[in-house]
Amino acid sequence: MVYERDAEELPANKKVENVQAELSRFVQAQQTVLQNLQKLQAKALQEIGEEEAAIFDVHQLMVTDLDYVEGITNLIKTSNVSAAYAVAKIGEQFAQQFAKMDDEYMQGRSADVRDITNQLLVVLGEHRRNGLHLTKSVILVVDDLSPSETLCLDKSKVLGFVTISGSTNSHTAILARTLGIPAVVGTGRVLPEEQSGTLAIIDGNKGLVYLDPDLATQQQVVEQQEEEAKNKEYLTQMKGLPTITQAGQKIKLCVNIGQVEELPMVERYDAEGVGLFRSEFIYLGRKYFPSEEELFVVYKQVAASLKGKKAIIRTLDIGADKKVAYFNLPAEENPALGLRAIRLCLMRPRIFEMQLRALLRASAYGKISIMLPMIISLAEVQQAKAILERVKENLRADKIKFDPEIELGIMIETPAAAVISDLLAAEVDFFSIGTNDLVQYTLAVDRQNAVLNELADVHHPAVLRLIELTIQNAHKQGIWVGICGEAAADTSLTAQFVAMGVDELSVVPNQVLTLRKLIREL
Amino acid sequence: MIKFSFVIQDKQGIHARPAGILVKTAGQFKSAATMHCNNKSADLKRVFAVMSLGVKAGMLVTVQVEGEDEVAAKAAIESCLKSNL
Repeated sequence: MVYERDAEELPANKKVENVQAELSRFVQAQQTVLQNLQKLQAKALQEIGEEEAAIFDVHQLMVTDLDYVEGITNLIKTSNVSAAYAVAKIGEQFAQQFAKMDDEYMQGRSADVRDITNQLLVVLGEHRRNGLHLTKSVILVVDDLSPSETLCLDKSKVLGFVTISGSTNSHTAILARTLGIPAVVGTGRVLPEEQSGTLAIIDGNKGLVYLDPDLATQQQVVEQQEEEAKNKEYLTQMKGLPTITQAGQKIKLCVNIGQVEELPMVERYDAEGVGLFRSEFIYLGRKYFPSEEELFVVYKQVAASLKGKKAIIRTLDIGADKKVAYFNLPAEENPALGLRAIRLCLMRPRIFEMQLRALLRASAYGKISIMLPMIISLAEVQQAKAILERVKENLRADKIKFDPEIELGIMIETPAAAVISDLLAAEVDFFSIGTNDLVQYTLAVDRQNAVLNELADVHHPAVLRLIELTIQNAHKQGIWVGICGEAAADTSLTAQFVAMGVDELSVVPNQVLTLRKLIREL
Repeated sequence: MIKFSFVIQDKQGIHARPAGILVKTAGQFKSAATMHCNNKSADLKRVFAVMSLGVKAGMLVTVQVEGEDEVAAKAAIESCLKSNL
């Protein structure tokens, strides 16, 4: 069903005679809206929770914000306009102000300003919009929904909703997720009106809308729904169980993540830690180097949020396919074989030291390990260790606390590192095998070249032998070894990895429980 | 007049909810309260102004309070920053 709203034009700009009357109309409308918001807040508190209800608290502050209120009353007084006109005009000004901010979250706040402005206009009799009266179950298609409207949706009738504008950052999207209503927000495209009343499917996970789906699509979606239901079952069945084979071999299952926002996944999928935290994102999408303080804030958050579980943070892996302008790196013919990762860090020690210092400081707030990428030689490891020791000394001199037992490990992702893993094992506390690069460098197959996809086969005996050699050499020196590349989640290899004696597998979060089930059956 | 500084730890910066809490806290006191960040400043009793500062994680904010109950106001605002941001 398509629910269209009348275009929201500015109320007529007619000169009013009685300015005082308009002022008091505004004040009355403000009081009414405030009371409504208090009721909504109470409803949200009861139905969803404190965190989500807080937005209606903010809306109350917005309706009474002095800049907003003075803007409106001044406009009424100086231009002799109606209360409705002044509210619409000033509301739009504030909404525009947020829409122009450089941060996506703040841009999304313009929707909150429009929400309260509209509520005032409804009370002032300018907009008629007081809930939907639905008689049957529908997928609602609307230009946009405000948080208050979303909360008031009749959950027994609304199967899901699609909005044309709005962002996934909006409180509407957040409320929909919390309420468990499938929603696709901000399609940017108006749906054809003749589709109203016909069959449609929405996929809130992928943000897809299917209009008039054929039988095959319908079947596919039903299967997908069943699959998801099954996955949910895994979640409940496998959660809390140890990852252990029938023969009693224990495997540690961790997750690979690259954003602070993904941290809750550790708990959600019952992972035993973070096996690979890619630290690049803090450096990407900005104009200059992050400060030590910025890095520290992020790392501390990682450390503190895992509640005693370990996070292995990989030091900077910039270069190759991940380029950042402010590093001023020269263009390279073969970036995958060029100045990247640990090579760059050793050549530009100031950058490296700052990251290590932030990591060490954060280690006082939880369990952190440091992992160096792209190692090819013993000398690199020794140089990096010397820098780490120097940074530790400085911290001691500054009386800043850190974990003196912090573990240092390396990625085994070059054939060179795998072949000399016996020598490297004597220098570090753990290995983590990065299969993606190991495949690329062992088989001389460019990962970026789609034509060669089939050749980039992790099942190639050369790759598997290097993995086995690495595991054996690690165990001879008494250190543990994990696999953190994509192959770690490849269920066709799990039995082999377990037989080789791998200690840890680190995978994308939604694969953890699938692997646990598989390993428990081995 | 009292001044103090604080580095924002919350990864989302001063977003809507903590902005609301700050404004409510500042509003309980008679003293004027101003937040400075990024060469901009905002009246801590005005929610739109505080949000418009666009304060992000890792940024340093300076708060200035002035008035008869400035000591209590400073303490309340500081503890509000510490526990929410």
